Parts: sequence; C-alpha cells; structure tokens
Amino acid sequence: MKELITLAEGAGGSAGEALMKDVVFPYLGNEILAEMHDGARLKVSGDIAFTTDSYVVSPRFFPGGSIGTLAVSGTVNDLAMTGAKARFLSAAVILEEGFPVAELKDILADMKKAAEYAGVLFVTGDTKVAPKGKVDGVFINTAGIGDIIEGADISPKNVKTDMKIIVSGSMGDHGATILAARHNMKSNLKSDAAPLNKMVEKMFKASKNIAALRDPTRGGLAATLNEIAKAADVGIIIDEAKIPIKEEVKGLSDMLGFDPLTLANEGKLVAFVPKGDADAVLAAVREDEHGTDAAIIGETTDKAAGKVGMKTPLGSIRVVEMPRGIIVPRIC
Amino acid sequence: MEEKKLLLEIHSLSEKLTKPVRFMEVCGTHTVSIFRHGIRQLLPKNVELVSGPGCPVCVTDDVYMDKAIAYAKRPDTIIATFGDMLKVPGSESSLEQAKTEGADIRIIYSPLDSLDIARDNPDKKVIFLAVGFETTSPTAAALTIAAKEAGISNLYLLSAQKLVPPALKTLIADKTVKVDGFILPGHVAVVTGLEPFRFLKEEHQIPAVVSGFEADEILTAITFLLNMVVNNEAKLINAYQAVVKDEGNPVARSVTEKVYEKADAAWRGMGIIPLSGLCMRDEFSSFDIEKVLPLTVKPSPKTTGCRCGDVLKGVITPFNCPLFDKTCNPENPIGPCMVSVEGVCAAYYKYGRASFSFE
Amino acid sequence: MCLAFPAKVLSVDGAVAKVSRKGVERAISLMLLPNAKVGDFVLVHAGFAMEIVDEKQADETDALLAEMNGAPRTVFSL
Repeated sequence: MKELITLAEGAGGSAGEALMKDVVFPYLGNEILAEMHDGARLKVSGDIAFTTDSYVVSPRFFPGGSIGTLAVSGTVNDLAMTGAKARFLSAAVILEEGFPVAELKDILADMKKAAEYAGVLFVTGDTKVAPKGKVDGVFINTAGIGDIIEGADISPKNVKTDMKIIVSGSMGDHGATILAARHNMKSNLKSDAAPLNKMVEKMFKASKNIAALRDPTRGGLAATLNEIAKAADVGIIIDEAKIPIKEEVKGLSDMLGFDPLTLANEGKLVAFVPKGDADAVLAAVREDEHGTDAAIIGETTDKAAGKVGMKTPLGSIRVVEMPRGIIVPRIC
Repeated sequence: MEEKKLLLEIHSLSEKLTKPVRFMEVCGTHTVSIFRHGIRQLLPKNVELVSGPGCPVCVTDDVYMDKAIAYAKRPDTIIATFGDMLKVPGSESSLEQAKTEGADIRIIYSPLDSLDIARDNPDKKVIFLAVGFETTSPTAAALTIAAKEAGISNLYLLSAQKLVPPALKTLIADKTVKVDGFILPGHVAVVTGLEPFRFLKEEHQIPAVVSGFEADEILTAITFLLNMVVNNEAKLINAYQAVVKDEGNPVARSVTEKVYEKADAAWRGMGIIPLSGLCMRDEFSSFDIEKVLPLTVKPSPKTTGCRCGDVLKGVITPFNCPLFDKTCNPENPIGPCMVSVEGVCAAYYKYGRASFSFE
Repeated sequence: MCLAFPAKVLSVDGAVAKVSRKGVERAISLMLLPNAKVGDFVLVHAGFAMEIVDEKQADETDALLAEMNGAPRTVFSL
C-alpha cells in the first residue's frame, strides 16, 4: 500500500479494492462486510432505531480519542439516547487526496476499539477521495441501527414536572480538550468520547420509567436542557454547586472566557427520571465505568415552563440561555 | 468576607438610606459577573445597579468596523482579531459575514499570536484589530514593539484604543446620567493605578470603589459604596488590593506610551470625547495600517432606533429600548451592546430577560 | 471589559513564562511584568502577565471593610 491516498483509491477498481482489503478490513472487517455486497442483509426483530451523523473535527486526533472514536461513539450514543441497543453501523469516509494512509489506519484503529467496546459491527461502507483542498483531511459519516430496549419509551415529550435530572459525569471535557488543543493550552484534560450503550442498558435494568435521555454534545448541557424544557414545556431548575465540572475545564473556561455549560461532551448523558426512580437510576449510572462521577443536578418544575434556571451558590437564580454561535476565545 | 454576611450588611445599610441609590458598574466584565451570580436579585429594592460604557467592543463605532471589514475583504490581507469582534455590526456587514464571504479572519487569544500569523504568511498583510481599554492597549503596544524588534514588516494594527476616565468625565457632565457611586474597573486600574480616578472624589464628591470580579468582591464594593452614601462621604477605595497597586503598572504604561499618544476618540453612543483614545505615534506609523494603506469608508448614517448610547450611559436599561428582544437579539444584533458577551443588552438578554420565577 | 485570570508561574525563559491555572498551562509574555518570578501568581490578560497577585493585600480589603463596620482601625483609608 502506498503512503498517501490518491484519487485512484476513490475511483473504484483495483486501487479501491486494495484500500478496502489492505487498510479497512484489518480493522473493521467481519463476515457481513467481507461479502462486499452493495448492501448488507441484516436480521432484526421488533422495533428498531435508526440514526446518522457526520463527523468533522479539528484537530483530528486529541487526548482521549480521534475523529474515529467520535464516529462510533456519537452514533452509538444517538441510538442509546432513543432507548436502543446499537447493533449495526455503516461508515462513509471522504478523504482528501494526499491524506496519509498511516493516519487513516490510526483513525480506523480508534473506530475498531470503540466498536468492539460498544459491541457493534460495521456492515457496510463507502470511501471517496476528493481532490486536494476540497476536503479538510477526512470527513466521516456513520449511520446506525439498534434494537429498542424492551419497555423503553424515550421521548422529550414524556418529561413531566417533578422529575429528577441526572448527568452521568463531568461536563465539558470534550469541548475543553479540543479548544485547549486549538489555543496552545497544555493540560491533562482528555476527551470523554465513549460509547454509552452499556450504561444505558444498566439504567433500563434499574428502571423502565426513564422519560428522556440526551447526550449533551454541541452546545453542551445548556443546549440540552433548553431543548428539553422547550419540547416538554416544563421548567428546569438546576443547582450550580451540584454540576460536576473538572478543575481543568474551569481553568480553561476562566482563561479563554468560555461557559463550561456550553462546552461539548461526547461520552456523557443527561437523564430525566421520575423522582421515585432517581436514586436507582443514579446508582446504575455510577456502576458504569463512564458514570462514576454521575450526579443529580436538578429537577423539572411547573414554574417557568420552557425555561432553564440555575441556583447560584449565592442563592439567586439565573437563566441558563440556549448557547449561540461558535465558541471563540474572548478578552472581554 | 463571606457573601452571605456581605448581603446581610448590604441590607442593613440599605435601611439607613433616605432615598434610593444607583451605582454604576463601569466594566462589562462586572456586568456579566453580576448577572452570572444573580446579584441584582439579592440586592435591596432601593439599591440599583446600572451598567456603564465598559465594553470596548460595544463602544467601537461603525466607522471602525466598516474599515476593518473593508481591509478584511482585500485578498492580500489576513485579519487577526479577538473573538469578541466577530459579530459587531458595521453599517452594512460584520466580520463574521465577511468571513463567510471568503475573507481570511483568524481568531486569536493574545495579540502576540498575530506575530506567528505574520511570520507564516510573509506575502500577506496581517492586520491586528487593536481594540481595548487601558488593560489591553499595553498588549497591543507590546506587540508593535516585538514586531519592530523582530523585523516583521507585514504586521499592522488597526487601532482604536480607548481610555476610561475621560468617558467617566463625560458621563458625569451629562445631566441625564444619575449615578450615586461607581464600581470601578479593576483590571483597568491594574494598569492605570488610582490616580486617574481621584477626580471622582476630588472634583465631584462621588464615592468610587475599585473592585475585583468575584461575587464576594462585587458585594464588598457595594458594601463600601453604601457605607459611604450612608455616612455622606466620598472616598476612592481600592478594594482589589491583591492586584491593583496604587501606582498601577508603570512598565505597562510606559510600553503604551512608547507606541501610542492620546487623541480624540469616537465612542458609540457618546460621540467624540476629547483625548479619550490613543493613536499610534509617527515613529510606529509603518505599523499603522491607516497610515500605510489609507482607506476611506463612506459614512452611511443609519437610523435603526438603536438606543445603545443611552444604555451605555445608564440612562435607560435595555428593557426600555423598543428594539430589545424584538428585532434586536444576539443572533441579529442591531447595536453593539447586543454583540459582545459582556455587552449590556446581551447580558440582559442572556440572564435577565423575561420575568420568571422558580420560587 | 477585560477578562483576566490569576495563574502560577511555572518557568521563565527570557520574556516568556509558562503559567498554570487549575492544571491548564499556557505560554504568556512577561513584557509588561518583567520582574515576575517562578512561583509567583500573576494576573494574565490577553496572553500577558499584568501584575503580581498579592493575597496578603486581599486581607487588607477585608480589614478595611471591617473597619468601616466599626472594627478598630487597622488600615489607612485612601
């Protein structure tokens, strides 16, 4: 195999086949993929969930993962947040001409690692190569199919007043890691990128009454809570002191003028659970290796429908607004 | 001192007031901190906080933005700017819009980052948008000196530095502005020291406190101000002694003075204030893009009904502006107060909009 | 108007220092604060150290406040 991707690899024919067999299959290969059909024949039973997401990130590699980790965990988590156990994924990879094959292998290795952890198979895929300068290195799209977990009925509309809100761990780790890398900050911060399907299965074993699940990715916790408050037409009140945030994330936020609640997470979830089941669900989250810092951070209320408020340590309440626009460092 | 104790103190002092008081927090970072901590809600009814003109992005006028956008559109140019400036509207466009249309605009954290951009792009003109108050102007001056020493010839500044004390003088002279005390900008005072603020006490007998930005520091400042009002005295108190020295930072000031000299400056909403800004000295004119590549932009006076000027002076709150939360919001800001994260209108929009209660 | 944060100086190399805040490190310039030393806490704005943070001085603010509230005089007012 050559060292750099050329347009030939995207043109089908022998170069494309070599890319599949020599580069992709060693990482993502399985019986279904090995058939090299135009599509995969899959056996499912009952209700399924189906989702897709595209992954574009700079830098492509960061402490705690890469675009490959995100491409698997993001889609697996979208399925998990609909109450489904992810089973099959597709991957479409768009490469820039001249992309280093070694780097592609590193990305595929991260995809393999995350897929094995989540217990999902890549069953179909596609590779295209775009001329130099037309793509920023690599873009990945994955789609996923999962079985709805028995008894799960997840929808923002199921969120009623007097429910508890659980977050599965510290907020903003992924966003802070990426922004630190972009702005020459050094720290021990790591992206939290991880598949959460196992955590979600544990949660449903603890309670079938979980009303809604969300992974607070872009826009962070602030966006997720606002979306749910609006969709369910309930008020949300959270307690600033109870939200787990790592010191480093606070430090970076102080330095560059960010609000940690708007920073992205890639391995965290927010759950809305009836009061009586909250402790059991929290315990289930904490049992999972990605949920050890989970906490109940607030509740839904019949006051201030559609809005999110946060109790400050001073005892006042301030609005948590929907974040807007891109996150850029500021000096004022 | 603990916040709860300070709040109790504030409430007990407020009972001794014979009439309601208004204190102005001059600095936008204070405005944001006050909202983030929900401090207004916790104050007695007769103690009001109004926000002042202390957001450099907000007081930057249309003409400056129009020039920045015009430079940005030149194919041989890279604009280096603080993130704060991206959405500020000029008369027709914004840097963000110019970026979408293909302009090369880089967001930087430190002015010095623009040196690297200039080094990496020797065939481009790199223009740093040097906007700020006394805290930030030394950093722009230091950049200029560093560029000169390094022999970098493709780095320029589009400069609109402003000075806080002359703006305060203009505010006080404005009869529509009614303020019983000032919470002074701690990080400006880090550079200037206390001297430029003594006129508040000496010429106007207005209580003033230099304050830090944490909740307890702001509450401390309010306590000091109330104490002075109740005792009918006017002092200049430095309540941010951990970083503000009486004499300020003389090195920072001399770096600024090396590159800049005082000049009249246009403030959005307040007009031209004499000697309230800085312009680059002739010695550094080869770094001044307006000298190297002069450019005139057509002034296009627009009447939007935006009342940023009155908001910046504390004459009205954003709620009194007919555009607020109607045609003007952070997505589509009409005035600069809605743009900057610490703009008064943006802060009110983000944290104080709509009356709601969870209790 | 001016975001700034205190950070600890980890190392100094000419006019450049490495500082840390809550475990996050960045290189900053000492052009405006040439006397900063390793171990100092400095106030950082826009990538420049602006002043040395002196926590002892913070106690004086508290003392001044206490004095206003009737405690014995410990600090000269300004």
